[in-house]
Amino acid sequence: MTRIITALLAGLIFGAGLALSGMADPQKVLAFLDLGAIATGGWDPSLAFVMGGGLIVTLPGFAIARRRNRPVVAETFAWPTASAIDKPLLAGAVLFGIGWGLAGICPGPALTLLALDGTAAIIFFAAMLAGMILFAVQKQIGR
Amino acid sequence: MDWNAFNPLAALSGGALIGFAALILFLGIGRIAGVSGVLGQVLQRPDSETGWRLAFVIGLPLGALLMARVLGDVIPHVATGTLGLIAAGLLVGYGTRLGSGCTSGHGICGLARLSPRSLVAVLLFMASAMATVFVTRHLLGVSSS
Repeated sequence: MTRIITALLAGLIFGAGLALSGMADPQKVLAFLDLGAIATGGWDPSLAFVMGGGLIVTLPGFAIARRRNRPVVAETFAWPTASAIDKPLLAGAVLFGIGWGLAGICPGPALTLLALDGTAAIIFFAAMLAGMILFAVQKQIGR
Repeated sequence: MDWNAFNPLAALSGGALIGFAALILFLGIGRIAGVSGVLGQVLQRPDSETGWRLAFVIGLPLGALLMARVLGDVIPHVATGTLGLIAAGLLVGYGTRLGSGCTSGHGICGLARLSPRSLVAVLLFMASAMATVFVTRHLLGVSSS
């Protein structure tokens, strides 16, 4: 139960951060990704500061975690183990980037949009889940 | 630069909140706050991890709603048409699972772990997204603003 409450708290703060940062607005995201607008003075670099603000906290935070044997309310740290820079990583990142550039929505904001927007959010979210299920099915049948 | 839209302080503090959330999840229960990973695994057969994953996924929109209430002016603008949204959603869903992460898992958590794999992923999806916007807005002239 403490695990569930901890995760809920993390989700709440994460969602609040997305809304405050501007990441929850797809047009703001597209304005950040639009380097072609630099020439006309329309580029909005604000969102670079989101990752900056996040890393200011997580860089020391993960360093602290590294010195600990176990998390506060669970048995073990699930440190990611993959380190290969392989084809799935590269292809996945490129495909994700194309989708992100088309609509300005990545997975976190896809969830917050469900609360802040209507039909468009539901269409995007359903398609994103379909893409995730497609991947899971493809993995299951082993290709 | 678009100085009227430029608001680095909100972005910086929102980013810090996202970072704190990721730390609460990792220092608290030892799990990476990668939204695509958490969401993708919620869709699979329920196990002992499903509970916290669902709680995290439900917390995200609720937290955004609360912040929107506090600020009073968080109005998202979606200018992409239905077909574009479907194509984008499919690509984001499939791509993040194939590439094992998105802006949060590779970006906020992976970079903080100093993972070269995550750095490559972040640089690549940023470049890919920027190239896509350049093509749609400046070459094809799809105006979405």
